[in-house]
Amino acid sequence: MCEYLHSVTLQEEKCRGCTDCIKRCPTEAIRVRNGKAKIINERCIDCGLCIRVCRNHAKKAVTDTLDSLLEFKYKVAIPAPTLYSQFKDILDVNLILTGLKKLGFDEVYEVARGAEIVTAASRKLLENKTLPKPIISSACPVIIRFIQIRFPELINHILPIISPMEVAAREVKANLVKKGINEKDIGVFFISPCAAKVTNVRNPIGFDQSSVDKVLSIKDVYMKLVPILKTIDRVETLRQSSNNGIGWAISGGEGKFLGIENYIAVDGIENVNKILEKVENGKLKDVDFIEGLACHGGCLGGPLTVENSFVAKNHLEKILRYSVKVKKQDNQDMINSDLNLTWSNPIISKPVMTLDQDMEKAIKKLEELERIYDSLPQIDCGSCGAPNCRALAEDIVRDNANIEDCIFMLRQKVREMAEDMVNLSRKLPPAFRKNDD
Amino acid sequence: MKLSFNVDGDEFTLAGESSSQVKKVLKQLGVPSEVIRKIAIAMYEAEINMVIHANGGTIDVDITPEKVYIVLKDTGPGIPDIDLAMQEGYSTASEKVRELGFGAGMGLPNMKKYSDGLEITSEVGKGTTVEITVYI
Repeated sequence: MCEYLHSVTLQEEKCRGCTDCIKRCPTEAIRVRNGKAKIINERCIDCGLCIRVCRNHAKKAVTDTLDSLLEFKYKVAIPAPTLYSQFKDILDVNLILTGLKKLGFDEVYEVARGAEIVTAASRKLLENKTLPKPIISSACPVIIRFIQIRFPELINHILPIISPMEVAAREVKANLVKKGINEKDIGVFFISPCAAKVTNVRNPIGFDQSSVDKVLSIKDVYMKLVPILKTIDRVETLRQSSNNGIGWAISGGEGKFLGIENYIAVDGIENVNKILEKVENGKLKDVDFIEGLACHGGCLGGPLTVENSFVAKNHLEKILRYSVKVKKQDNQDMINSDLNLTWSNPIISKPVMTLDQDMEKAIKKLEELERIYDSLPQIDCGSCGAPNCRALAEDIVRDNANIEDCIFMLRQKVREMAEDMVNLSRKLPPAFRKNDD
Repeated sequence: MKLSFNVDGDEFTLAGESSSQVKKVLKQLGVPSEVIRKIAIAMYEAEINMVIHANGGTIDVDITPEKVYIVLKDTGPGIPDIDLAMQEGYSTASEKVRELGFGAGMGLPNMKKYSDGLEITSEVGKGTTVEITVYI
């Protein structure tokens, strides 16, 4: 059976085979083949960077559609707090949540509330001090997958706790089952800014089965929600979250709410890479907590959002200020979730960068790789379809490319052949040779 | 397999590039992650020392299925008293270097802690050679 590995896909007809995405991919997971960008499945971590950099909009994340609402009798929306930031001039979260109900959901449960439950559980876990420092947040699924591939030795630094989305889904399902609703009839729909969450729901890390049934993109929901919001005359009080949970959408929100002073909040996958390198070098042991988010600006910068992340941040801050005025403080005392939030399965490393299982063979291949790399022009032009000359050398030793895929090497070969031909054309059979030949 | 690096002495911010490269290579070779971690820390400390104290130098790395052997050579001021330098917290780094967050006196102790074999030979005024061995 084929494992579901990533939700980011290519729309072939739009791809022109340029080098934009191959050059930006943090795990070098894309190659151009036959004029189209091809994703190496096991390397993709769903960071969505290629979606953002593609000038032809040829990359997208496959999410579920709103039609899938029809598959369930009892439909629950669990919106990520990022959704709230997408609407200009809407300060009352209840209005957006009411809108979701009008859209066809029977119930709404905020992921922001899930985030608050996660924070409470995280605090407990941090108290017993068994994890090596710095502890790395598990909130961003891209970062977990990035660590599995690039920093396997840091796996034991990851906070082994399920995500706010998962908590929200489990909590709401448990509540509804208690009320007597058949679990099979319940469909939990996560409204997501994030491509990686789609994969995470189908193929969870740390446990076997997700309680989320479908993942909708914020984009799709936004389009439907905007006209509905204009028609609402009675706003229901549906909000359960405090500002702390909503603040998770902003980079640094998790650490701030955890109450840890000594933390690093880093966003943007290339920045996270630099920080993890430092951790790997043993340089950040004095830091308690690292909140690493793959998207610039945190979840607000997710590839499935509508609004620019800086504008979204401005909106969300307005919502937070408005909430302080009209409403409640942190209701964490009310958290008495009996759910088990820690991971049940270990996180395993994914050594997809390894050249060969047998180290002796791997060394031979690497020596060959270095030799090939030395012969290449090292200008990283990308014409061969690999992101750089080193990646081409790697593809060659893996038997996925040829040295002639490099246009400079090809040109050199043609030239050598041409010279050979000229030299050969000068040669005559002995019977025709003159003395000076 | 063998790898060689020239480490620039005048560029603080680039220090650590060689150890980054080596880490990448070790991952491609499928070296277990706990071994990579040891090498990463030991080599990084040694590389940083080379930049801080000796204005750079050369690094040679030899990788076999059994072990990783790293030799760092510089022509810097040398270490007058290696035993003293091995003590935690002992540092001769300048104020300027400390301001940059280095020179906590943990360099040599960390190299010792994270390597399976550490050999330091040094002559004052001539330079220092550090040999690090980590078994796979």
